[in-house]
Amino acid sequence: MFVTSAFAQETAPAAAEGDTHAGTAVPAEGHETFPPFNAETFPSQILWLVITFGLFYLFLKRVVMPRVGGIIDVRNDRITQDLDHAARLKGEADAAVAAYEQELSEAKSRANTIGQQASDAAKTEAESTRKKLEAELDKKLGEAEASIASIKAKAMKEVGTIAEDTTSAIVEALVGGKTDKAEISAAVKSASR
Amino acid sequence: MAAADKVDPIHQFQIHPIIPLHIGGYDVSFTNSSLFMVVTIVVASAFLYMSTASRALVPGRLQSMSEMAYEFVGNMLRDAAGKQGMQFFPLVFSLFMFVLVANLIGLFPYFFTVTSHIIVTFTLAALVIGTVVVYGFAKHGFGFLKLFVPHGVPVYLLPLVVAIEVISFVSRPVSLSVRLFANMLAGHITLKVFSGFVVSLSALGAVGIAGSVLPLAMAVALTALELLVAFLQAYVFAVLTCMYLNDALHPSH
Repeated sequence: MFVTSAFAQETAPAAAEGDTHAGTAVPAEGHETFPPFNAETFPSQILWLVITFGLFYLFLKRVVMPRVGGIIDVRNDRITQDLDHAARLKGEADAAVAAYEQELSEAKSRANTIGQQASDAAKTEAESTRKKLEAELDKKLGEAEASIASIKAKAMKEVGTIAEDTTSAIVEALVGGKTDKAEISAAVKSASR
Repeated sequence: MAAADKVDPIHQFQIHPIIPLHIGGYDVSFTNSSLFMVVTIVVASAFLYMSTASRALVPGRLQSMSEMAYEFVGNMLRDAAGKQGMQFFPLVFSLFMFVLVANLIGLFPYFFTVTSHIIVTFTLAALVIGTVVVYGFAKHGFGFLKLFVPHGVPVYLLPLVVAIEVISFVSRPVSLSVRLFANMLAGHITLKVFSGFVVSLSALGAVGIAGSVLPLAMAVALTALELLVAFLQAYVFAVLTCMYLNDALHPSH
C-alpha cells in the first residue's frame, strides 16, 4: 500500500525475471552492462551533447554574454559617472561655501568702514555744530556786552544831564536867578571826575 | 526485506530511446538523456535570457543571480589565466552553466542526470583538453611542448620528470571527467538506496514506518549535500578548465 507507482515500475522488471537477478546489484532490466558503461548509447549521447552544447555555447556567446556584460559595463560607467558628478557637486558646494565666507568677511569689513565713517561724520558734525553755537554765543555775548556798555554810557550821560538839571535847580533855589548852563555842566564834569 | 532488495538504484541511469534514429550504422536515437540535455540548455538559456531581459540598472534577484554567475566565472578565469584568458570566457561560462544546471536538474525526482554518464563528462573534458592542445600549438607552435619541461630540473632527472608531466597531462581529461561522473553517480545511487529503504521499510507495517524515519532523514540530508555537490562539481570543473587553459596560454612554468 505504500508502494508508489515509480517503485512498482522499477521493481516490476526485477520481479519478472526475479529468479536470476533479485538481490544483486545487477541492473533490473538487465541483460546488459552498467548503463554508464554501455557503449551502445555512446554515439547518441555524444551527438546530442555536441548539438545541445554547441547551441548553448552559441546562444551564450552571441546573446547572453554581450547582454550581461553590457549591463555590468553600463552600471560601472554609471557608477563612475555618478561619482564624478558627486565630486563635481562637492567641489561646487565647497566653492560656494568659500565664496560665501569671503563675502561675509568683505561685508563685515565694509560694515566696519561704514560704521567708522558714520561715527567720524557724526563727530565732525557735532564738533562744527558746537563751534557754531559757541561762536553764536560769543557773538551774542559781545552784543550783550556792547549793549550793556552803550546803555551804561547812555545812563552815565543821562546822569550828567540829571546832575546838571539838579544842580541848576538847586542853584536856582539857593541863589535865585538864571544859571549859566555851560558853567554848571563844566562844574558837574569836574566834580564827577 | 525482499522488497528492499528489489529497489534498483541503477535503474535511474538507464537510457531508453524516445525517437529512434539510426545514421550510418550508429544508434543516435533521441533518448531520455538527449531530452534532458535539451531541457538543461533550455532552462539555463531561458533563465539567463529572461532574468536579464529588463537590463535593470539596479538588478532584481534573478538578474543578480545571472550577473553573479557571469562575474563569478569571469573572475575565476581572470585569476587563473589572466586577461588573455578572457577569450575563453564563453567556453568556460557555457561549461559551468551546462554542468551546474544539468546537475541541479538531475536532483529532481524522476529526472535524468545527464552528467552521471561518463561519456558526457568525458566529451566535455575532451573539449577542454582539445581546446588546450589546439590553441597551445596554434599559439606557441612547438614551444607548447615546454609545458612538459619544467625549469630548473637537473638534466639527468629530465626524462623522468618529462614522463611524469606527460602522464599527468594525459590523465587530465580522465580525472576531469571521472570526478564529475563519479560524484553524480555515487550521489544519486546513495540517494536512491536510502529512499528505497524508506519505501521498503514502510511496507513492513507500523514498526517499519517508525523505523523508516531514519533513512528518510538521511535522504533529506543527502539531498542537501547533493545540492552542494552539484554546485561544487560544476565549480571544480570550471576551475580546472581555467587552469588547463592557463597552460595553453603560458606553457613555460
